[in-house]
Amino acid sequence: MEIKSYKGKFTFIRRRTTNVVMLSVSFLAAIITIAPLILIFYYTISKGIANLNINFFTKLPTPVGESGGGMVNAIIGTLILIAIGGGIGIPVGILSGVYLSEFGKNKFGAIVRFFADVLSGIPSIVVGVVAYTLVVIPMRHFSALAGGIALAILMIPTITRTTEEMIKLVPQSYREAGLALGIPKWKITVLIVLKTAWKGIATGILLGLSRAAGETAPLLFTSLGNRFWSTNIFQPIASLTVYIYQYASSPFKDWNDQAWTAALVLIILISLLSLVFRIITRSKYRT
Amino acid sequence: MVFNAQTNNEITSKATHHKHDAIKISVKDLSAYFGKTKVLKNISMTILEKRVLAIIGPSGCGKSTFLRSLNRMHEVVGGTITGSIIFDGEDIMKQDPVYLRRKIGMVFQKPNPFPTMSIFNNVIAGLKLNGFHNKKALAEIVEKSLIQAALWDEVKDILHKSGADISGGQQQRLCIARTIAINPEVILMDEPASALDPLSTTKIEELIFELKKDYTIVIVTHNMQQAARVSDFTTFFYMGELIEYSETKKMFVAPAKKQTEDYITGRFG
Repeated sequence: MEIKSYKGKFTFIRRRTTNVVMLSVSFLAAIITIAPLILIFYYTISKGIANLNINFFTKLPTPVGESGGGMVNAIIGTLILIAIGGGIGIPVGILSGVYLSEFGKNKFGAIVRFFADVLSGIPSIVVGVVAYTLVVIPMRHFSALAGGIALAILMIPTITRTTEEMIKLVPQSYREAGLALGIPKWKITVLIVLKTAWKGIATGILLGLSRAAGETAPLLFTSLGNRFWSTNIFQPIASLTVYIYQYASSPFKDWNDQAWTAALVLIILISLLSLVFRIITRSKYRT
Repeated sequence: MVFNAQTNNEITSKATHHKHDAIKISVKDLSAYFGKTKVLKNISMTILEKRVLAIIGPSGCGKSTFLRSLNRMHEVVGGTITGSIIFDGEDIMKQDPVYLRRKIGMVFQKPNPFPTMSIFNNVIAGLKLNGFHNKKALAEIVEKSLIQAALWDEVKDILHKSGADISGGQQQRLCIARTIAINPEVILMDEPASALDPLSTTKIEELIFELKKDYTIVIVTHNMQQAARVSDFTTFFYMGELIEYSETKKMFVAPAKKQTEDYITGRFG
């Protein structure tokens, strides 16, 4: 009896210890998961806020040694690059997603699906090199257009696959209801199916755009960067990410500081993008 | 099977003669397939104008396939048919299915209003999505269709709400209103009340009774009492074959075939 109860007590302690240890380990893992994000916010805000003033949004960069200046060209440049990328990537992505879900139950569909999945895993720098070969070399100079195309290539697989999955979630009964009302199939696809799946598709677009907005590597080969004001899409254009890369790796302290501010502005920009999407996809009807 | 088709013709022609009714749809030697599987076997019958025809039979007997053949929805899911279906003197296979379906409307088993549209827009979905935009006329059609579907009083103050925000029974009447709004000649109903509670079922049945004044109705049902209550004619399908077709009164009192009697008395199926 004595031994037995001792054994029982031992088992109880061992179980409790295991529980505490495992709980602590998983809690620690959870902390490690969120820590980077907290650190990112902490550093970008604390180091970037100092230079975050009206000049940053209105002035061009100043030469080395001259203090002040801003990155208005890079902010506008990033927006232009996202617009070109989205202008190409969103329609292509949505249409190919529609194709895959509505007509892609064949071998060709399976091939497209596979290629889209592979493409989404291709390193972005490789996409940059491809855009360099396809657009920059024939045009003989770097351009915003080349950068936009590289970003579009990066967005397309995300948008295509999200669109396909979201459309597949729309019940067949809505399509049948539309057909039974004598509505042509294309109108059912656009006005009923896409409308029902719209919220999910918008999330895919947002993911694609946010990823594109944060890309640096493909832009180094394509849009290059520009220290001057330019909105010409056939010329090199400045972007926040390329500025962050250049300024953060430069030996000058005021450039380093401005890199932090650029990072902060980029994060704010992406958050705003997300907010805008929330607002435009808000609907009083459930989908 | 050939034997069946002949007897059916005989029965239906007698019925036709008896009622002096116009023939709305005439089905001749209809077989329907899913791939190589034959799910409907040489069906022949006539469907009379402004009458209610009920199709009864155990699950998998081809009732729904028959119904979906009539407005060419069977081909949407990859099915094929042989034989002919003559609607108002014209073979439906030679018509544009999109236009055909505006004349032969359909109400499904599960209520399926569009959740992204308001009740108002659900009713006129068939019109609006086909380019009809006269606001005043549309508002009138909404009111008229909802009144005809016996739903107006319940939803007139919430027309802006989503079509999915009302009860199942109301949703089904909304679907009927949506079908009426495009002014079809025939309404096909595929077990329209089987997903509804008894009270809603009663409302749908009363509605069918009203609707037959203006429309030809074909209703598939699992519920024999329902068939007896709402229909003028009843046909019994079994294993893809048409076993019996007669006036509802006769069918439920004195069925001609042993199989029919066994089914309606609950001995199988």
